[in-house]
Amino acid sequence: MKNESIVGIPVPRKEGRDKATGRVRYIDDMALPGMLYGATVRSAIPRGKIKNVRFGPDIPWNEFVIVSAKDIPGANCVVLITDDQPCLADGFVNHPEEPILLLAHANPHILPKAVASIAIEYDPMPAIFTIEESECGREIIWGRDNTFKTYTIEKGDVDSVWAKADYIVEGEYTTGAQEQLYIENNGVIATFDRERGITVWGSMQCPYYVHKALMKLLHVSEEKVRVVQTETGGAFGGKEEYPSMIACHAALLAMKSGQPVKIIYDRTEDMAATTKRHPSRTRHRTAVSRDGRILGGEIEFVVDGGAYTTLSTVVLSRGTIHAGGPYLWPNIRIRAKAVATNAPPHGAFRGFGAPQSLFAMERHMDRIAATLGISPVEVRRRNFLKPGQSTTTEQTIREPIDLDKLLDRALALSDYHAKKKRFQQENKNSNRKQGIGFATFLHGAGFTGSGERYLASLVGVEGCADGRVRVLVSSTEFGQGTKTALCQIAAEAIGLPYDFVDIAEADTRAVPNSGPTVASRTVMVVGKLVQSAAQGIRQTLVGSQYLPESYSPEEFRAGCAKYIAGHGELKSFSRYEPPANIFWDDEKYCGEAYAAYAWAVYVAEVTVDLTTYSVSVDDFVALQEVGKVLHPVLARGQITGGVAQGIGFALYEKVVWRDGRMQNAQMTNYIMPTSADLPPIRVFFEELGNEHGAFGTKGIGELPIDGPAPAIVNAVEDALGVPFNSIPLLPEDIFEALESGSQTEEDAQAFEGAR
Amino acid sequence: MTTRATREIAFSVNGENKTICAHPMERLLDVLRHQLGLTGTKEGCGEGECGSCSVLMNGQVVTSCLIPVLQAQGAAILTIEGLARDSRLHPLQRAFLECGGTQCGICTPGLIMAAAALLDTKPRPTFEEIKEGLAGNLCRCTGYAQICEAVAEAAQNHHGKLERENTR
Repeated sequence: MKNESIVGIPVPRKEGRDKATGRVRYIDDMALPGMLYGATVRSAIPRGKIKNVRFGPDIPWNEFVIVSAKDIPGANCVVLITDDQPCLADGFVNHPEEPILLLAHANPHILPKAVASIAIEYDPMPAIFTIEESECGREIIWGRDNTFKTYTIEKGDVDSVWAKADYIVEGEYTTGAQEQLYIENNGVIATFDRERGITVWGSMQCPYYVHKALMKLLHVSEEKVRVVQTETGGAFGGKEEYPSMIACHAALLAMKSGQPVKIIYDRTEDMAATTKRHPSRTRHRTAVSRDGRILGGEIEFVVDGGAYTTLSTVVLSRGTIHAGGPYLWPNIRIRAKAVATNAPPHGAFRGFGAPQSLFAMERHMDRIAATLGISPVEVRRRNFLKPGQSTTTEQTIREPIDLDKLLDRALALSDYHAKKKRFQQENKNSNRKQGIGFATFLHGAGFTGSGERYLASLVGVEGCADGRVRVLVSSTEFGQGTKTALCQIAAEAIGLPYDFVDIAEADTRAVPNSGPTVASRTVMVVGKLVQSAAQGIRQTLVGSQYLPESYSPEEFRAGCAKYIAGHGELKSFSRYEPPANIFWDDEKYCGEAYAAYAWAVYVAEVTVDLTTYSVSVDDFVALQEVGKVLHPVLARGQITGGVAQGIGFALYEKVVWRDGRMQNAQMTNYIMPTSADLPPIRVFFEELGNEHGAFGTKGIGELPIDGPAPAIVNAVEDALGVPFNSIPLLPEDIFEALESGSQTEEDAQAFEGAR
Repeated sequence: MTTRATREIAFSVNGENKTICAHPMERLLDVLRHQLGLTGTKEGCGEGECGSCSVLMNGQVVTSCLIPVLQAQGAAILTIEGLARDSRLHPLQRAFLECGGTQCGICTPGLIMAAAALLDTKPRPTFEEIKEGLAGNLCRCTGYAQICEAVAEAAQNHHGKLERENTR
């Protein structure tokens, strides 16, 4: 039995060497004999009837495989939550870039010309592009009232608080769409064989989502569909649901042609046609006592879902549950809805609704502070959730979290008070205004409410004849370190060196469904199941006396081989069981929303240059409590990467829309941060542990994108004395506000209060 | 369909002389990936913005998606496949692994090549010089901190090793 711990140690990334040498193969690095290349003919208009499709001259159309909705053997939909999204438009389009036809040819170079030569005639219909246009209902584009989903959370008696309030503070906050911008575009290869059915390899987060979508589209049984994840070059939610669409397309072309078909999007197609973060609008109305305590309030949270449901209902759910932040609301009513517009559907992106509603909450806390004339620090301290108190969904906090202490530490690490004072002095005579701001927030790990119970994830661990151990999961690696982390957990649980453990390829024919790789659930939820399945291997060998209680790796190797020689195989499976104290009411939207929360305080220091109106982030402190840190290097990488995306969300990344179509679908003019744009991102952890996660871990992946935007915009307000309530906040927005004095009277008053 | 006029073009790749047949305007990136099977060089944007296709051409870092292959005539090209010698990792590759400089890995080859070019011209760069020097290569996973640390680490190790060798 080894005595060194593997959990908490920066072991080498499993696939690291292959990545650093360029040997690892992504989907675009693969080819099959006789392979064709596929392309997609997309809608040029936001909404209307397709009247006619004309194939242009000068193209040898007989050389092409052409697929339309008529070629779909099963249901023309991409199965997810609601079956409303067609795989190929059939007579009607609901957003720009909606797929209409598919082409395949052996020569990829002639595809763009072929796509361009197809003229589609439309009967255009009126379209809607904003939350407001969707709400007003003049045009109904989805269902009865353009609404995908609504939620209401009620706690206490909100209607009674207004009369008791010393202040009623109102605010409206908006966030824009954000492109995931993984560096590897979406891509798949599909093959079809009459005996074996369809096989799809591709860049994806969730092989079993794709598996399910293909079964329904092709009307085939589960053993006739095989989905294999290839090395995935970034995802961030952008490859949660969209790969089902492109996999369905490649599968249709492969079936019709009888040849393998590869579809790889170029950057422009990927940016214009695939999902983005939901634009949002949040309205707060809060009753506050003179001493800064929240008595109660109303929050209205609305997200723009685009033309089809995709994941909007669950994005809305997470955003709704996080809308109240890490504060005690004795009385609250949250009304939330996801509405339809004629834009390509918005979808999963790291944070999944929470960055939107938490941006609003944390800007609103600063507004409350300004209105009351108390500091942003004090107003938070007076409202922090404490153990034993309950969240907006009436979940009692059982973790021993001390947010006051967490805040103290973050303020000390960032030298917050001294800097705030110094900046006020220095700003008086400077054209470069400095400011410091922060955000306090939480992020729930795992699926929301009853989600994990419905998923009922299954994982396996296998002892092999050569004495090595393999983890069997459909959980995917796309940079976060899934392979490394799950192997660490299995090795620790069995008591073997890390090098003894591998992870199987995420192939639906070979691994059980351990659920989607989303929602910061992999290390905590799947990891816990891996821990238990791995212990099963140990117990089997020890229990059947192939191994003593305590053993060396060599003894394990021998015992394992002997067991397999006698019994054929050695596998142990573990299925998710909801913890006894987890209760959730889907009707009332009430109960234990998440098995565990990660908690954080992020502090941003900015300079606004009044010559260029640009904002630079000069220093960034990210302090979080994430349970046990399984791998310090990977964990820190998750935080710095998430913070960088959050800085982009706040200051750089603007999707420019015209009639539902992205106008800047290029890396040249959709700007994400480079190494030269970022401050030192100083990462600190508190480790309280967590009984629901493997070796005390919690989810960590999404948390870091929740805090940067509000911390930065709070810092900009500290620098300029002007509150901004919309992101992205670009230099032109600051210029406008300062030059035209366009801020409302109310904003000015709110700021007066703070001085 | 029209067949495109091709011609012979000769250059060296990772120290080996190659003569390929391609349209003069074909992208160096495609020739490397499709004709020479060097798929370690990646395409991220096709317009020279992301740097994933970075290779060294006569020691200078270029985005191979913007280089017509004719321009490579007679040049010495170094790709990620040519960096590790006899299966021994280059100090930059080792440092990327140790420091967490690679996550999803798609930008890693381009970043390592850009870093190699940087260290060739500035063997002891400051941290700011590293940040500036890598600003042409986009990474969406890491937030760059661990990448820049890896380059600093490689510079230090490499330099330390050189000094030790010199004092022998």
